[in-house]
Amino acid sequence: MELLITSYSHLHDNKVVVNDRLVFYQENILKFADFIKSVYKQEQITYPKFYKMDFMSKTGFLAAELLLKETTVAGYCPESVGVILSNSSSSLDTDIAHNETIKNRSGYFPSPSVFVYTLPNIVIGEICIRNNFKGENAFFISETFNGKLLVDYVEELFINKRVEACLCGWIEVLGNNCNALMALVENSELRQQQADGNYKPIPFNAENLNLIMSRN
Amino acid sequence: MDELINKLKKEVIEQLNLEEISPDDIDPDSSLFGEGLGLDSIDALELIVLLEKNYGIKIEDPKDGKKIFHSIRTMAEYITEHKK
Amino acid sequence: MKSVYILSDNIITSLGFTTAENTAAIENGVVGIREVDDPALYPSAVQLSLVNSLLLEEKFAAVLATLHKKNPASSFTRLEKMFILSIHEALNTRQVSPGDPRTLFIISTTKGNVNLLENQYRATFSHKRVYLWELGRTIQQFFGFANKPLIVSNACISGVMALMTAARFLHSGAYDHAVVTGGDIASEFVISGFQSFQALSPAPCKPFDLNRTGLSLGEGCGTMILSVVPGNSDGPSIRVTGAATTNDANHISGPSRTGQELATAMKLAMNQAGLGTGDIDYICAHGTATSFNDEMESKSIDLCGLTQVPVNSFKGYWGHTLGAAGIIESVAAVSSLRKNMLYRSAGFETLGVPSPLNVIGTNLSTPLQACIKTASGFGGCNAAITIQKK
Repeated sequence: MELLITSYSHLHDNKVVVNDRLVFYQENILKFADFIKSVYKQEQITYPKFYKMDFMSKTGFLAAELLLKETTVAGYCPESVGVILSNSSSSLDTDIAHNETIKNRSGYFPSPSVFVYTLPNIVIGEICIRNNFKGENAFFISETFNGKLLVDYVEELFINKRVEACLCGWIEVLGNNCNALMALVENSELRQQQADGNYKPIPFNAENLNLIMSRN
Repeated sequence: MDELINKLKKEVIEQLNLEEISPDDIDPDSSLFGEGLGLDSIDALELIVLLEKNYGIKIEDPKDGKKIFHSIRTMAEYITEHKK
Repeated sequence: MKSVYILSDNIITSLGFTTAENTAAIENGVVGIREVDDPALYPSAVQLSLVNSLLLEEKFAAVLATLHKKNPASSFTRLEKMFILSIHEALNTRQVSPGDPRTLFIISTTKGNVNLLENQYRATFSHKRVYLWELGRTIQQFFGFANKPLIVSNACISGVMALMTAARFLHSGAYDHAVVTGGDIASEFVISGFQSFQALSPAPCKPFDLNRTGLSLGEGCGTMILSVVPGNSDGPSIRVTGAATTNDANHISGPSRTGQELATAMKLAMNQAGLGTGDIDYICAHGTATSFNDEMESKSIDLCGLTQVPVNSFKGYWGHTLGAAGIIESVAAVSSLRKNMLYRSAGFETLGVPSPLNVIGTNLSTPLQACIKTASGFGGCNAAITIQKK
């Protein structure tokens, strides 16, 4: 069994790269909110729930949309597609927003639609809802990107036949800083047809994940 | 009543992040949940917060929400009746 | 594949500071959830299960003294104190060494030190301490773990997922031992959030009961030491034999309407363990006592053909302890297996879920071989692990 990164997306510094191609770049966006909305608009996605998501979920959702456009996972049964993600600050970006609502005893109105996003794995839920993925989930926290952990964990899932395809990556969003990498990992023997002819799948290993992270 | 209805439409759009919907898109009599605007259970809870925050009205039993939040008009009627 | 044995464990909750204290309290039907009127936690009175602060400080000071630590107790947060106490207690049997590079260290938490966002803590702790990896580093350094902690934060299934992750890395031969700890504290952050969801019960929670009115929050910490070596404890060996997670792909806060996805996780775990429906003697359920969760779980148990099997939720005793829940409830399930004892599901009187579950109404001494532990949480996640004797 050989595991391949059959498609990937990388969002950072007002840039979006999908399968080695720069698909979005705008120099003068200062606010992350504007960046992520511009990407959503450019991709012409119609999903009103997008606007209800917090920034981390918006980012993870778009990262998944962008790479899934390039490939097809429709042939896998929902139970065999996993989503394994990680980041550094957990849901701190939204934790701060929720904390603002309870700072003062007057004007004490904690919001359920903010609170629900104070868990890092909600982004996994959003991706699963959108794509009807029902397989393995996990969210890990590490100070910096840990490609080896993702590779070790996801390999286990393939070896034990828990997944036939797996999204994995790093979705870090805090304030106006964002660095998000999402990779689709497939077994070379079972893999679905590739839509993007220019991108050559690369072996799924920590070096390649680190390379994608550092390159763009 | 019409004034309150128009105000409520704007407040609902803002509170529920219905970004691509304008006040004119919302029929005050059509249902907010299910078919209508497609709101869900979190939105229902958020509307409870809206009533308390903007109108000082506390809904103790979330089950009452179903009737109150049926449409923008039923919300407006409830507010008119219960506003302090 | 290697077998994964449970060597030792610990539970810290309102009911006590050791597994033995907790199970003794449960055996005697003690409920640790009570009304708390503390403006530092919430503007009005709420039902909570809290760890005794005086005892926590006392016991923590004793650990510092025993280990000749120079750091003052005040340099650790409340949650870190609980983690350290729990790990210290579980490591006491000295079968596994933190300094061994073959020892994996896993932490499960949903919110970690999130209470440090409150102004009152700004002067005492650096801003970095709200990051879960900084919390992890503090505990790693305290015990001298050779490996950085692997931190799992996956809502209410975090604890079960942490045990599963450990089992997988031990099965695969990547490590020989694992120290798996999970904890969360009661904070205004979490209480106000669950209150905004109108999910909190005005009385101690009643899992699976007809008159259940929501969940009760609790705080706690638990640790389980796992190894590929059976260990030297008295009594039968206990193993983690199967594990799986699934996602509902339905809604970020509401559980599946069918229970199918949790059922899939349970079946996958049972298949991996080689257990059929007739082999499961006991189900240690998530049982939060919210209307929808308990409904969903009952459907899942039905879909697995396990409605005859005795089931309980420990949340009626110590509330929903979030990142600790999956671990302390698994430890309690291990105690059940060791003692051949089924514990009453506290708060339960009349069945109030769609499927005819066999909820445990009174403590019962009976031979037990295998159990399944489940959990479900926000984000639509589900997890199940099987725990067996021999």
